[in-house]
This record gives sequence, C-alpha cells and structure tokens, in this order.
Amino acid sequence: MTARYPVVTAVANVLAHAPGLVRYGSRPRRDLARDPRLADRLAAHLRSYEAAVAYPPNQAFIGNLDPDALRDLPRPWFRAPLPAAPPDGPFGVIVSESELLDLLHEVDRARLVHLVGRTPVREVEALLDRGRALPLWRGGDLAGCVVAGHDEDEALGADILLENLACKATAVLALRGLFRQLHGRLRPTDVPFIISGSEEAVGDRYQRGGGNLAKAVGEAAGLGAATGMDVKAFCASTLYALVTAAVYVHSGLFHRVAVVAGGSLAKLGMKYRAHVEQGLPILEDVLAGIAILVEAANGVDPRVRLDTVSGHRIDGGSSQQAIVAALAFEPLTKAGYRLGDIDKFATELHNPDVTEPAGSGDVPTTNYRLIAGLGVRRGDLTGDGAGAFVRRHGIPGFAPTQGHIASAVCYLAHACQAMRLGKMRRAVFMAKGSLFLGRMTQLSDGLGLLIEAPTGP
Amino acid sequence: MELRGKRAIVIGERDGVSGAAIEACLKSAGAEVLYVTTQCFV
Repeated sequence: MTARYPVVTAVANVLAHAPGLVRYGSRPRRDLARDPRLADRLAAHLRSYEAAVAYPPNQAFIGNLDPDALRDLPRPWFRAPLPAAPPDGPFGVIVSESELLDLLHEVDRARLVHLVGRTPVREVEALLDRGRALPLWRGGDLAGCVVAGHDEDEALGADILLENLACKATAVLALRGLFRQLHGRLRPTDVPFIISGSEEAVGDRYQRGGGNLAKAVGEAAGLGAATGMDVKAFCASTLYALVTAAVYVHSGLFHRVAVVAGGSLAKLGMKYRAHVEQGLPILEDVLAGIAILVEAANGVDPRVRLDTVSGHRIDGGSSQQAIVAALAFEPLTKAGYRLGDIDKFATELHNPDVTEPAGSGDVPTTNYRLIAGLGVRRGDLTGDGAGAFVRRHGIPGFAPTQGHIASAVCYLAHACQAMRLGKMRRAVFMAKGSLFLGRMTQLSDGLGLLIEAPTGP
Repeated sequence: MELRGKRAIVIGERDGVSGAAIEACLKSAGAEVLYVTTQCFV
C-alpha cells in the first residue's frame, strides 16, 4: 500500500528591501567599525527599491519569472532589469524599506523600536546619545532607532535585537502572505502548530539562542490556537523544519503545521567588498522570508515523500562527494528512481551575480556538476550527458545569499506550482548545513528528500 | 610536488573541497598537517 504522505498546500516567498540595514550586516559592520569613512562608498553602491523590484532574480523569487528563464537573460542580471516589473507576484511581495521599518515597529512587542514620525526626532536623538541604541536609516536620513533591551546583557544588545526583529518581521510578512494565498479557506487560528527554521538566536544572557521565535511569529500573524517551536541546523534549518512538520502531520499529532523562515540581517552585504571594488551595485540588500503550509494528504497537492528523507551521517565523511551522495542520491535510491526520473534538483540556489564577483563561483552550477559526475559513476548518465543534465535538471541560482532560504527551499513554491499544473513530476530538495562554523565539530550536515506531484484523490 | 616531511596549513571550502578531504590527501602523501579549517563562503 502506498502511504498517503503529507502535502504542501501553500508556499509564500517574500523579500524586504533593506538598503539602510546593509551597514548592519556582519561584514559591513566589522569593516565600518574599523573605517567609518567606508559608509559613503557603501551608500553610493546601494540600489533603489525600483531597481531591486526590477532585478530578475528577485522577480523569480516572488514567482513572476520561472528561474529557468534567467538563463535567457544576459549576465550580470542587474544589467537586464525587467521593465514594469510589479512588486507582487503569485508567491509574495517585495516590500519597500519604509514598509519594512513599519513592520519592525509593529512586531516589536518590547517597544524598543522608535521611528521618527511616531516618536519626536529629538527623543530618537536623545536615545542614540545615551548609547546602547542603533540608528535606523531611510535613504540618508535618520528614520529611528533600536534600543538595547538590557543595560548589561549582550544577548539583548540593540544589534542582536535588530537581527532578531528583522527575522521575525520577514517571517510574519511571509506568513500573512501565505494566508492571503488561501483566499479564506483557512483562518490563522486553524493552524495548531508552527515551526520556525531561521538563522537568528533569540534569548538572553542566561540562554543565548533560547529560541521559539516560531510562537512570536505566530502571535503576530494571529495564530492564537497554535503552539510551536524552532528547529536549528544552520542553513539546513528550514528543510529540517519542513520534514518535522510533515512528520507531525503524518503521525496525526497535528493535522496542519506552518513552517516559517525569516531573513538574516547578518548576511546583508556579505560580499559587498567585491561589489564596491568592481563598481557593481550591492545586491545583498534584501531580507527574505518563507512560509510553508503542510497538511494531511489530499490527492491534490505535492507530497512530502517522508520515505525518501536522507541525512548526512555523523560518520559519513565531509567530502563533497560523500555529502552529495547522501543528500541527492539516497532519496532516489530509496524511491527506486534514477537520476533522469527527477525533473529538478533544488540545491544551494545562491545567485551567481552575488557570489561570482567575490570569487565564490557559481555555487548551484558547481553542485550540479558534481551531481552529474556522480550520476555518470552510477551509470545513470553518460559522460556526454553531464552538460545537458546541468541545464535540464539544474536551476539557475536566484536566491539572495540568505543562507537557509537559498538552501533549496526557495524553489519549493516553484516546484509546487509546476506540480499542480502537471508540468513537473518530482524534485529533490537538498540543503547543506555548515556545522563546523560553530567550532563545536568539524562535521558538515545536510538533508535531502523528494517532493512529488499528487497522484490524485 | 614532494610533500613528505612538509608542514601544511589547510583551508577548505564547503562547496568545493573540504579541509578534512585536503588533510586526508596531504597525510597520505606524507605531509604533517598543523591546522585544518573549512569555510563556508555563502
């Protein structure tokens, strides 16, 4: 008997344009601390909201453009803006910095965000003069500030709180967008469980990274009947969260689970140095958010094939070959498929416009070449077919370098749409997590699984 | 290149060749690996 696996009934992808927050990305912030004069150079390379909206990869992110269509556009893509591109698409919206600042203020339950206009500018300046507050900017103007949550607690410093609020705000934006896609079929109170798989660390001095941002997001989006938790696994967090959600639904523990992932402030401007040095715009100027709804099998929506979930074993080795074999090929083996049976492989889908100027290469293409190479060794492909495999079964990188979101899940909305339209049968989703960055181990990590088109009621 | 007796500092890349993989190659060639790290550039 074929198990009736849980299904993905909706996916929202959103972006928030945040040029004024780029200076608070980890790399720019460290550089600015050393040399404050960099601020003017950095500001000169920031994009307008209109440019961010017209940027083809951003249009692909919100669903107005098939990522495959990026192959037909000249590179770099920022030189091929899409005329009259709208800020909203079938998967979600691109909000302006003003809208993002309003959202930061709205989701701040501790009243630590003060915006000029709501708070007199003199009061904002006084808060900044007292120290332990970070200024917020709109264009070149002071837009407000974020105040520390405690006088001595570094875990509640203004910089950490801004990072957490940015994550919360973009997750809330995505979750609200998810419900709009449902056109009234469900109310937020119909969701009994929410999981956040993001990159922030919410907590205090006694428990840095204490967590449960999920419930804070759920509260702000009106999920009053839900409980929830966070899943942490570096950039693989969101995919782990999706699998956890599907397991909860499959077990009957919860009949419906929402998964959210908010944006990473720390990764804004991560490669800005190369972009500035080469006279390019700073493209890492958007925060991304994703929301996914997982429900019981219905014969209509794409299925989460829990029987294909494959992890990277602790003793599995850290070579790229070992990782890709575990994450891309084990799901196939478990399902009895060969490489050519899979329409698309969603892997690290970082935008090469961002990574190539910094010398990091085209990450997705590198991954696809390795998958193709291993496919040749398995006998699934001939050597001649490897190049065609990359084009046919790969996806151009279209995601901002927002770690967990670029790690495969940014393609889920596209895959689900294509499967509902009968244009795709199955896709492998594989996400990698760099556990070694935390200095607790030298291990790598990751997760792979198959999402498959519905088989009918 | 003769690696036997050489000392090495290894910096690997997550989406390229990991530090551990480079370390294994160097050790098998007789080098002494003093430090190994793997970086993630995305």
